[in-house]
Amino acid sequence: MSKDDQILEEFTSKEYEHGWNIDMEADQAPKGLSEDIVRFISAKKEEPEWLLDWRLKAYKKWTQMEEPDWANVKFPKINYQDIIYYSAPKQKVKPKSLDEVDPEMLETFKKLGISLEEQKRLTGVAVDAVFDSVSVATTFKDKLAELGIIFCSFSEAVQDHPELVKKYIGSVVPVNDNYFAALNSAVFSDGSFCYIPKGVRCPMELSTYFRINAANTGQFERTLIVAEEGSYVSYLEGCTAPQRDENQLHAAVVEIYAQADAEVKYSTVQNWYPGDENGKGGIYNFVTKRGICAGDRSKISWTQVETGSAVTWKYPSCILKGDHSQGEFYSVAVTNKMQQADTGTKMIHIGKNTKSRIVSKGVSAGKSQNSYRGQVKVMKRAENARNFSQCDSLLMGNLCGAHTFPYIDIENSSAQVEHEATTSKIGEDQIFYCTQRGIDEESAIALIVNGYCKEVLNQLPMEFAVEAQKLLALTLEGSVG
Amino acid sequence: MSLQENLIKNFEAFEAQLNGHASQPEHTTRKNALEAFKTLGFPGPKNEEYKYTNLQKSLEKAFDFGKIGAEASITKEQASKYFIPKLDTHKIVFVNGKFDEKLSSIEGLEEQVVIKDLSTAFTEDSEKINKLFSKQADYKKDAFVALNTAYSLDGSFIHVPKNTVVKKPIALYFVNDASEGQSFNNPRNIFHIERNSEVTFLEDFNTEGAHESLTNIVSEIIVEENAAVEYYKLQNNKDTAYHVGTTQVHQERSSRFSAYTFTLNGAMIRNNMNIVVDGEGCESNMYGLYLINGNTHVDNHTEVDHIKPNCVSNELYKGILDDSSHGVFNGKVFVRQEAQKTNAFQSNKNILLSDTSVMNSKPQLEIWADDVKCSHGCTTGQLDEDGMFYLRARGLSVESARALMLYAFAVDVVSSIKLEPLKEFLQNLISERLQNDF
Repeated sequence: MSKDDQILEEFTSKEYEHGWNIDMEADQAPKGLSEDIVRFISAKKEEPEWLLDWRLKAYKKWTQMEEPDWANVKFPKINYQDIIYYSAPKQKVKPKSLDEVDPEMLETFKKLGISLEEQKRLTGVAVDAVFDSVSVATTFKDKLAELGIIFCSFSEAVQDHPELVKKYIGSVVPVNDNYFAALNSAVFSDGSFCYIPKGVRCPMELSTYFRINAANTGQFERTLIVAEEGSYVSYLEGCTAPQRDENQLHAAVVEIYAQADAEVKYSTVQNWYPGDENGKGGIYNFVTKRGICAGDRSKISWTQVETGSAVTWKYPSCILKGDHSQGEFYSVAVTNKMQQADTGTKMIHIGKNTKSRIVSKGVSAGKSQNSYRGQVKVMKRAENARNFSQCDSLLMGNLCGAHTFPYIDIENSSAQVEHEATTSKIGEDQIFYCTQRGIDEESAIALIVNGYCKEVLNQLPMEFAVEAQKLLALTLEGSVG
Repeated sequence: MSLQENLIKNFEAFEAQLNGHASQPEHTTRKNALEAFKTLGFPGPKNEEYKYTNLQKSLEKAFDFGKIGAEASITKEQASKYFIPKLDTHKIVFVNGKFDEKLSSIEGLEEQVVIKDLSTAFTEDSEKINKLFSKQADYKKDAFVALNTAYSLDGSFIHVPKNTVVKKPIALYFVNDASEGQSFNNPRNIFHIERNSEVTFLEDFNTEGAHESLTNIVSEIIVEENAAVEYYKLQNNKDTAYHVGTTQVHQERSSRFSAYTFTLNGAMIRNNMNIVVDGEGCESNMYGLYLINGNTHVDNHTEVDHIKPNCVSNELYKGILDDSSHGVFNGKVFVRQEAQKTNAFQSNKNILLSDTSVMNSKPQLEIWADDVKCSHGCTTGQLDEDGMFYLRARGLSVESARALMLYAFAVDVVSSIKLEPLKEFLQNLISERLQNDF
């Protein structure tokens, strides 16, 4: 079957593809959040004293903070005492290899199209799979270890490389950074840790797959990527969740630390359950992602394809501290039905000759609201800073909204900053051109939207780009008219 | 005593000298506005709309609101030196916000066109005024509009009946007398332009004397069906002059409105230019230019609210900033669900000449309709090196090459002016400023 046929076929299946869940015994903490829960999670993970203290500090900060309300999204107030903060699939012994992993779980990932085994054999992508809050399996670990690359779950890293974790955790996103980052710091259960030593070019894509399975749980994972001098890594992240009536909270933190001459590429395909037509259910996706180009000539590049979640609130940012460092942000955010997305980036230019580039493409359909919110800040000593931002919005249907809130704050006269934005709809002439050539309207829209997003999709690694294209078509399916 | 308390306290004194005015219906509006001001509070840096413009701090430092209200006296000579040369206009002069009949000259005005002191209009045209007063500018939203509404007595009421073209522009010269003490005033203008009429307004702000002055002005402009209005705002004030101005425009079907804001000097300036496009087939233009140096702070907030379909709005704001000046731009474009086929364009371009100058720009689009063409662009940078090289290669000195390049950047906005004498005046003023101060 050709790729086109596949898209067509998927057009006809209307529902959220990953909406199933598997009954699996889970080890859960009681509902609610208190200091005891923080201690419980920490004890469960057999964490050292310093990490518990760090968590408690974050919890204390969190209790003093107020939930922010400046984003252009509306949702009922979250009851933080009604969430299970820790849920782990029950497994008696820690699996040593994939063969020992619960077959039911492997089945789950197979359904997601990321059969761990298959991936291992075919694509050469190293995968760390996070199920509910716990990392269940990491592939290719040994091969990576030969190069000195550490790629493992966060809890393993805490046990095996405490000095690294201690040094870098919270160095980019401090515990008191914002409400959700503080919450995550207090209760984060697992996540991925990645360390690339000096001068090493990671030979394969590293990938994490997140899935929320249990009901009433929140997922709070934490990813930390450290790239030493002159290293390179490309990192992928994917997420899905079952279809449920209630809203689930996902508050993750991603930190990237890039030393001199290092390059980190971080790609996300986010496909959490978006809720149904009436806005019932769906994931609240409140994520703090930030990278720091600490060394000279370092580079951090964010690419994201956001198609899921009921409410998205996410601003992957770059702090360009090193001289000649570069930050990039490529984003496609698609909203349909009752979805709301407030997403964008922050580029903070601190070092000299720093460069940043922002390309944001928003597509809104149905009754959704899609906002771009970005900040470009050039500090006083950031000589010759250069920024180019482009944010385009595409509107499909007359019940949706597209909004842009760019903040451009310049304090240096040698800076050159450009920002442009457009909002439009798919032209009738464009659709006419396609239908005239025998392409039906829905495929025509998929075609046009894909072309519109091409600039961003091109930044994704091969396997992801294909998946992202399919996702786009799927999310917009049924939005014609 | 806090700034807000001080301003509220003054209200009793103001109320006491209102005499007959206190018993008229508009006084209820004043009282409501004061209540709104109390609730809103003085906007601090936490307020998103005043994030980069900390008026509270600056006003607290510069003004003593407990002791304001020295007698003003401006002579004819003093006033006339501010008149724009060669520009034949109806001249209305306001001294500390008060309409001064002796200094004003209105000659050859078309029949039935009304130009009146607002306080007189409150008494004489009570019924008409109450239909218009405080109907556009919402005092519940903005603290300065609330303050102005609470203190509204002086200003002007201009009414242009239907099918009338007012040939001469109407120029409003606001002269603050700060020679004896600080000056604080809240002038209020109501411009009502009925259908098929045309008129041009000019608001010019100046200060006499060495003390600080604060003008908090609100102009409400109603542009009825198929009417055309040009509105110029000129700010080349002293370093001690603070200004907060709100222009609230209501456009009806097929009307045309163009606003031009030129800011050349002042202490701290905040301009709110809000247009509500409430009719099909309207055209709205907003042009702005700010050339600032020293410690001048200029904040331009613009807002176009497209409610009805088939309208066009166009916005161009340019700025040159030197020394420790601070520029702020916030342009909002709203396109409501019903407003299909809207074309909205917005552009903000800035040149920073020093490392101590700061520019905060926030062009903002909020769109709920799908069949629209909207775009915005924003750039901040410096002079093009190639351009400089080209001019230097042809024997121009660094200074004159720079002044020429800056002039070319700025004159873009000036060239859209339709009043020739004003255009000439501004062109000269700008090139002079660029030669001397930048």
